[in-house]
Amino acid sequence: MSALLSIDRLRVELPAAKKGMRTVIHDVSLDVQAGEAVGLVGESGSGKSMTTRAVMRLLPEGARLSGEIRFDGISIPGMDRRALRRWRATRVGMIFQDPRAHINPVRTIGDFLFEGVMLDGRLSTSQARERISHLMRAVGIADVDRRLNQYPHELSGGLLQRVMIAAALTTEPELLLADEPTTALDVTTQEEVIAIIDELRRERGLAMLFITHDLDLAAAVCGRIAVMYAGSIVEEQKADALGLATSHPYTKGLLAARPELGRRERRLQTIEGRPISAFEVGDGCAFATRCPRVRDRCRQERPAPTQVPGGRVACHFIDFIDAAAGSPAVGSGGGTR
Amino acid sequence: MTTLGVASVVIYGAMFIVPGDPATLLVGGSKPNPEALAAVRRQFHLDDPFWQSYLRWLSGAVRGDFGVSLVYRSPVSDLIASRALTTILLVAYAAIVIVIAGVGLGVLAAWKEKRAGVVITMATTVMMGAPTFVMAVIFVAVFATGLGWFPVFGAGSGLTDRLWHLTLPAFALAFSWIAYVAQVTRAAVRDEIRSEHVDTAHARGVPERLILRRHVLRNASGPILTVSGLTVAGLFAGTAVAEQAFGINGIGALLVESAAKQDLAIVQAISLVLVAAFVVVNMLVDLCNALLDPRAAGRAAR
Amino acid sequence: MSVLQVAPKPDSREITSWGARFDGPTTVACVIVVVFTLAAVFAPVIAPYDPTQVDPSAVYQGPSVAHLLGTDNTGRDILSRLLHGARSSLLGPAIVVLIAAVVGTVIAVSAAWIGGRFDAFVSRALDVIFAFPGLILAIVAVAVIGPGLLAPAAALSISYIPYIARVLRTAAIRQRNLPYIAALEVQGFGAVAICVRHLVPNLLPLLIVQATVSYGYALLDLSAISFLGLGTQPPTPEWGLMVANGQSSIIAGHVEQSLYAGLTILVAVVAFNVLGQGLAKAFMGDDR
Repeated sequence: MSALLSIDRLRVELPAAKKGMRTVIHDVSLDVQAGEAVGLVGESGSGKSMTTRAVMRLLPEGARLSGEIRFDGISIPGMDRRALRRWRATRVGMIFQDPRAHINPVRTIGDFLFEGVMLDGRLSTSQARERISHLMRAVGIADVDRRLNQYPHELSGGLLQRVMIAAALTTEPELLLADEPTTALDVTTQEEVIAIIDELRRERGLAMLFITHDLDLAAAVCGRIAVMYAGSIVEEQKADALGLATSHPYTKGLLAARPELGRRERRLQTIEGRPISAFEVGDGCAFATRCPRVRDRCRQERPAPTQVPGGRVACHFIDFIDAAAGSPAVGSGGGTR
Repeated sequence: MTTLGVASVVIYGAMFIVPGDPATLLVGGSKPNPEALAAVRRQFHLDDPFWQSYLRWLSGAVRGDFGVSLVYRSPVSDLIASRALTTILLVAYAAIVIVIAGVGLGVLAAWKEKRAGVVITMATTVMMGAPTFVMAVIFVAVFATGLGWFPVFGAGSGLTDRLWHLTLPAFALAFSWIAYVAQVTRAAVRDEIRSEHVDTAHARGVPERLILRRHVLRNASGPILTVSGLTVAGLFAGTAVAEQAFGINGIGALLVESAAKQDLAIVQAISLVLVAAFVVVNMLVDLCNALLDPRAAGRAAR
Repeated sequence: MSVLQVAPKPDSREITSWGARFDGPTTVACVIVVVFTLAAVFAPVIAPYDPTQVDPSAVYQGPSVAHLLGTDNTGRDILSRLLHGARSSLLGPAIVVLIAAVVGTVIAVSAAWIGGRFDAFVSRALDVIFAFPGLILAIVAVAVIGPGLLAPAAALSISYIPYIARVLRTAAIRQRNLPYIAALEVQGFGAVAICVRHLVPNLLPLLIVQATVSYGYALLDLSAISFLGLGTQPPTPEWGLMVANGQSSIIAGHVEQSLYAGLTILVAVVAFNVLGQGLAKAFMGDDR
C-alpha cells in the first residue's frame, strides 16, 4: 500500500545572509500512511518545522527544493497554483505553533472558521455553520455563538489553539500537520490540547505528522517516530521500540537527558557539545561532533539508513551500540496520557 | 486639543515676544502715526494684560470673528471665507490623488517585490525630495506652456473649470506626499505579507486576491490610514506654496501675502484655522483607527 | 518533559570596512553632498561671473561656452548664481539642524535620565511641536520678525527638535537601562559626566542619521520659504528664490533658471535623504 504522504530524499536550501545557499534539510525521507500518526522530533533548528513548510509549500522566498513529496501519489512541488490551493483547502489541515500570531488579529473567530469552510465550496452556509459549531464543541469550546463573534485577543492561548484545531478540521482533511501545537501554551493547557488532538484524530482516522521537540509527547500520541538532527533523520522507529539497544546514539542521549519524577539526580544529564545546524555538517555523520562513540569513518562518510527491527537507523556502528546497555523504552512512564 | 490650545497661545503670543511695541508691528510701515497706533491698541486691546487680550481674541476666533485686517480694511473672516472653497477643493483633490496613487504604488511595490518593487522604491526616493514649487515649475513648463493641456495660472470658475485649473497644482502638491504614502504603505503591506497569519491563510488554500484584501490590506490599513491622515493634514500647510506657485487666490496665498505685508490679524487667523484643520484631521484618523482595529477599540473601552 | 536546549545562535555578524558597507547609491549621495559643500565654500573662486552682475545685452542666453547654463532674465550667469546660491541655501539648513540637534539631544538625554513626570511632560511637548506644521510656524515668524533667513531658520529649528529628540529619547532610555550605566553610577560618576562621556557618544550614530535626513527636509522647507519671498531676500542668490525669479520667464519659454535651480534643490534633498538611509544601514544594519 502506498503512503498517503511520502517524502523522498527531500533537500531544502535557503539563501544565506551574504551569498550562496545553505542546506537546511538533507536527504530526508519519511512516509506517513493513511490514518497513521508519525512524530517528527528534534531540537530547534534541526529542520523539522522546515520539513512541514516544505510539505505545505510555505518555504521562504528564494528557497530551493529537490527530492519529491507526494500526497496520495500526486507530487506536491509539481502542483500548479490552482491544484495547490485546492489541495491545501480540502485534503490537508495545519495547526501552527503560536495561535496568537497565526490567526488574523483583526478578524473575528467566526470569520476565521468560516473562511476555510466556505472556500471549500461544498457546503451551504447553514451546513457550514452546523459543522463549525459541532467542531467547536468537540474541541471543548462551550458558548459557541459568543465565541464566534469575539476577536482573537479576547481568547486565551489555549482556547485560540482549540479554535485553530477546529479550523484545521473543518474541511475534513485526510492529513493533519501539527507544528509544535503546544509549545506556545501554558503547561496545564498543553496536555488538554494534546488530548483533544489525539482524540479527534483517532475518531476521524486522520493521518498526522506531529512536529515536536518533546520525545515523550511524540511517543504518547504517535505510533512511529522519526528523530531529526541537523537537517537529517537519524532514526525512525516504532514508538515503543525507541531507546532499545538498536537506537541511534543521539536518541539515546536524548532519552538519558530526560529528568524523571521521583528520581533525584545530582545533575541533569546533557549531550556534550553544541547543537549544529544542517549547513555546518560536512561529509560525515551529522552527529559526529557530539557522538560519544565517534570514529574516523563517522567524520568522513555520511551513514545511510540501515534497517533494524522496527525501523531504520542512520549510524555506521549499530552493532557497537548494540553492546551498550539499553535504556528504558519511551512511554513507559508517560502512560497517564 | 492641547495642541490647538498651545498653538493658539503661540500664534497670538508671537507678536509680544519680539522686542518693540506690538502696535507698531500691527500697523506696519516705518512711520506709524499716533492716531493709527491708538486705533490699533483699541482694536487689539493691547493695553490690557496679555491673558485678557488673548482670551478676548480666542473667544472671538471661536465665534469666527478674527477682527479687521489693517491692510485690506475688511473683516478677516470675510477674507478667509471668500477663499476657503478654492483651498478646500485643492486639498481634497490632492488628498484623493495621494491616497489613490500612494497606496496603489505601495501595495504594488510590496506585492510584486521582485519586479515593480525596486523601480517604485527608487522612484519614490527621488519623489520624496521633490518640493511642491519645483514640481510646479516643471509641470507648468511641460503640461501648460509646453503641451498646452492645462492653464498656467488661476483657479477658474464653475466646478469642472476649477478642477481643470486645479489639476496641476493638486499634482504638484501631491507629488512628494505620494512617495511618502507609497513608502509607508509598502513597508506596512510587506510586514503583513510576511506575517504568520498570512502563512496560515496560504496553508488553508485561501486565494491570493482574497489574502491580499482580507488579511494583508485590512491589517495594514492602520498605519496607511495614519500617514494618509498626517499627509492630508500637512497639505493644509502645503497649500501656501502650491497656491503661490500657481497664482491661485486661496487661503494659503493670502497667508503668504499677509506675512510679507506683516498683516498679523490675517496671519494669526489663518494659522489658527490651518492648525485646527490639521488637528481635526488627525483626530478623525485616530477615531477611524480605533474603529478599524478591534484591539484598539477594546483598549479604549476598558 | 523536554530537556532539549535552544541552541545559542552563533554570532555571525562580521565587521567589514566602512567602504564595503556603503552601497552604490549611498556613495553617490556622499559624493554629491561633498561636491555641493565644496561649491558653497569655494563659490567666489570657481564661479565664472559675479552672481549679481546684470548684463542687459545678454538676457536669456542658452547654454554656451561663455555661460555654461545660460543666463537669466537680467543677463546674470545662472551657473554662477547656483554656485553662490549654495552658500545661503546650504547654510540655512545647517543652522536649523545644528540648533535642533543640540537642543534635541539635551532634551532627549535629560528626559531619559530624569524620567517620570519630566519625561512625560517632554514627550507631550514634543508631540505638540510635532503636530504644528513647520511651514506655518515659519510664516508666523516671518510675519512677526520680518522676511529674511533669520525668522524662518529660528522657527524651523524649533519645528525640527521633535524629529531628533523623539528618536534619541527612545534610544537614550534603552541605553539608560543597560548595565554599564548602572556600573558607572555605582562607581560614583556624576549624571552629567556619564551622559556626556558615555551616553551621548553612544547615541551619536543615531543623531548623525537623524540630522542628515533632517538636513534634507530643512533645505526643502527653507527653499520653499525663499520661493514664497519670505526667506532670503534678493539680490542674494538662493536656489528657492531663483525658482521663483525664473517663474515669469517660463511662459515665454525660458525655463532654464527655474529648472536648474529646482533640479539642484531636488538633487540636494535626495542626496541627503539617501545618505541618511545609507548611514543608518551602515551604523545599525537597518535594511528598511
